[in-house]
This record gives sequence, structure tokens and C-alpha cells, in this order.
Amino acid sequence: MAQPNPLTTPPPGADTQVVPGHVEHAEAHSGAFPPFETSGFLSQLIWLALAFGLLYYLMDKVALPRIQAILHARSERLRADLDQAQAMKAEADAAGLAYETALRDAQGKARDIAQTTRNELAAEAETKRKALEAELNTKLSTAEATIRTRTEAAMGNVRSIAGEAATAIVERLTGQAPDPATLNRALDATAH
Amino acid sequence: MAVTIDPIHQFELKPLVSLGHIGHQQLAFTQSALYMFAAVGVIALITVVATASRSVVPGRMQSLAEIFYEFIADTLHQATGDGGKRFMPLVFSLFMFVLILNLFGMIPYAFAVTSHLIITFGLAALVISVVVIFGVMKHGTHFFGLFVPSGVPKPLLAILVPIEIISFISRPISLSVRLFANVLAGHIAMKIFAFFVVQLLLAGAWSVLSPLPLFLTIALTALEFLVAALQAYVFATLTAIYLNDALHPGH
Repeated sequence: MAQPNPLTTPPPGADTQVVPGHVEHAEAHSGAFPPFETSGFLSQLIWLALAFGLLYYLMDKVALPRIQAILHARSERLRADLDQAQAMKAEADAAGLAYETALRDAQGKARDIAQTTRNELAAEAETKRKALEAELNTKLSTAEATIRTRTEAAMGNVRSIAGEAATAIVERLTGQAPDPATLNRALDATAH
Repeated sequence: MAVTIDPIHQFELKPLVSLGHIGHQQLAFTQSALYMFAAVGVIALITVVATASRSVVPGRMQSLAEIFYEFIADTLHQATGDGGKRFMPLVFSLFMFVLILNLFGMIPYAFAVTSHLIITFGLAALVISVVVIFGVMKHGTHFFGLFVPSGVPKPLLAILVPIEIISFISRPISLSVRLFANVLAGHIAMKIFAFFVVQLLLAGAWSVLSPLPLFLTIALTALEFLVAALQAYVFATLTAIYLNDALHPGH
């Protein structure tokens, strides 16, 4: 066998390359470039197949399904959370809308109540005012009637006073009371 | 002073448990196998243990698992549409496996499993096998319409069909070599520039120049982290694109 047997290579302590006095070792291997040393190929391929087979089995049966499940669960969770957030937002929007409507309704109702109250009060005031006015009118007409009768009465008194005064004046001037008929005629003449 | 550089030594397989021989082949549980199982353990820690609580509000590790899942699911969906969902375990496993192995390789003194062509070729062969087997199972001989571009004049097909077949066959090669070469070259470059630092430090007055390769090593390390993640992504994306051919063979 021309190749040096790798089984007889020095222990791992001789691992370093730049070791003075290690020349004979380097020379011993100068004929073969390790990566092209065919004597180890079968062994390497067998270990490669075993190691890579084990790795493939682990990845295929355990690791990748699990990572996929984790990623899937996360995306599901995210979507569910987003959906929930969306639903809650819609709910909040609806609540806001309901509040707005309720507020508008209440405002309208309040306006209506204010209007009716105002109208009722106005009507009441109107009737009261009218009643008062009517009462005042009657009082006024009564007062006017009283004034008129009083005036007429006073006017009638004026005639008798004037007649008495004229009788007294004439009596003083002539010493004789005038004839009541003449007095009445004279009074009638001055009255117009 | 004798300082030797051996940027290749880091790629050597170290058997931890020897299991004997089959002809020329040596069967052994190597550090490479240990790293592969460690990667499976780390991936299981992120995607199985961290998701055990199935929290709706994820913790850090569960977030990480979810980010990886969604990233690969998006990539797969963009390349294959809805029909590609059944390949999610395959593309996800490939991406995580390559990513974690690449990042393991960035730990000082650790072994970069993806620097071995046989490993990347094994993964690429798996992808192409799935593409061909699934394509034939689902579409029968119609799957081979993949090699016949539609709307091309007949005489041109004589040239185009072989080109299409060659390009299809080269897929597992390019898929595996791209990853392998990136990791291998990156690790060699880091090792060489780091070695320059040591060499300059031992070179008397020249040691004043030693910060230069140090900064380069730091920059290269950052670049290699980018490459580690990028190559895992490229591997997963190309897998998704090839799977799309199995799902929709028509051009």
C-alpha cells in the first residue's frame, strides 16, 4: 500500500500545521491531497448518508411540521385578533352612531317640549289678556255711563239752579218773582 | 529557522474509531463523521429543542429556526412555485447541513467537512437523483423534454440537445465543486496568510511588516464567513432551481 494509513496518523496533538520539526509528517503526506484520497470515500459517504438521513428524518418528521404549525398558529392568532379588533371597532362605531341618534332625538324632543310650552304659555297669556281687556272695557263703559248720567243729572241741576238764580235776580230787581212759565221759556231760549 | 508550511494538513481525515477495511477502502469513524453528527445535533438544537415550547411569541432560538424556515420556504417558493412544498425538508436539510458544516469549519482547529469533494458530491448526487427520479416518476418520458428546447428549428436541435444534456450532467459536478472549491481555497488562503505572519515575525528586521498579512488574514476570515453562508445559500437555491425542472420539465 503506497498510501500512508490514516489510522496511524499522530494523535490530535499534532493538529497544528506550522510546527517546527514536523517536516517529516508533512513529507509523509506530500503524495496525497487529502480531499482526493480515495481510500476514505466509502467511509465518508456512509457517514454522510447516516448523518444526512438522520437530519432529513428529524427535519421532515419533527422540526418542519412543528415550525410550520407555530407559524400557522401565529398567523391564525393574528388574523383572529385583527378580526376581533375589527368587530370591536364596528361595535364602537355603532355605539357612537346610536349615541349620536339618541342625542339628536333628545335634542329634537327638548325643542318640541320647549316650543309647546312656549305656545301654551303664550295662549294662556293671550286669554288672560283678553279677559282683562273685556273686564276693563266693561268697567270703562260702566264708568262712561255713570259719567253720562252724572253729567245729565248735573245739567238738570244747572237748569234748576239757573232758574233759581234768575228768579232771585229778577225778584231783587223787580221785587216780584217772575212767572215760572216765562222763566222756563227764557231758560229754554238760553239753553240753545 | 526552519518553519514549514503545510496548508493541506488541515484537510486530513483522522479516524477516531477504526472499523476495518473493505478492499482498498478504510472504514472508520473519522473526525469528519463526528463533525457531521455534531452539525445534525446543532441543527436539531435550533429547530427541534428550541421550538419545543411552540411559543406564539418566540424566544431567540425559536426565532432563528423560524427565520431559517421562512428564508428557505421563500427561496423554494420563488424557484418552484406551490408544487415545490414537498421538497422543503430536503432543501431545508441541505441548507442547514451545509451552513452549519461551513461555519464549523470557521472555528479555529476545527475540520471543514465541506472541504472534501466526496461529501459535496454526495449531496449534489442526492439532489440530481431526486430531480431525475421524481421527474421521471411524475412526468414519465416527458421529463426528457427538458433536453429539447421548444420553438427551435429542427436542424438546430441536433446541436442544442447535446448541449442541454451536457449542461444537465455537469450540474452535480458544478454544484459539488463550487462548494468544495470555495471552502478548500478559503481555508488554504487563510492558513497561508496566517503562516506569513509567523514567518515574518521570525525574519528579524522584516518582522515590522508582519501586521500586513495579519490584517489580510483578518479580512480573509471575514470573507470566509461570508462565503460559508453564501455557499450554503447558493447550494440551496440551485437545488430549488433544479427541482423546478423536475416539477415543470417544459422549457
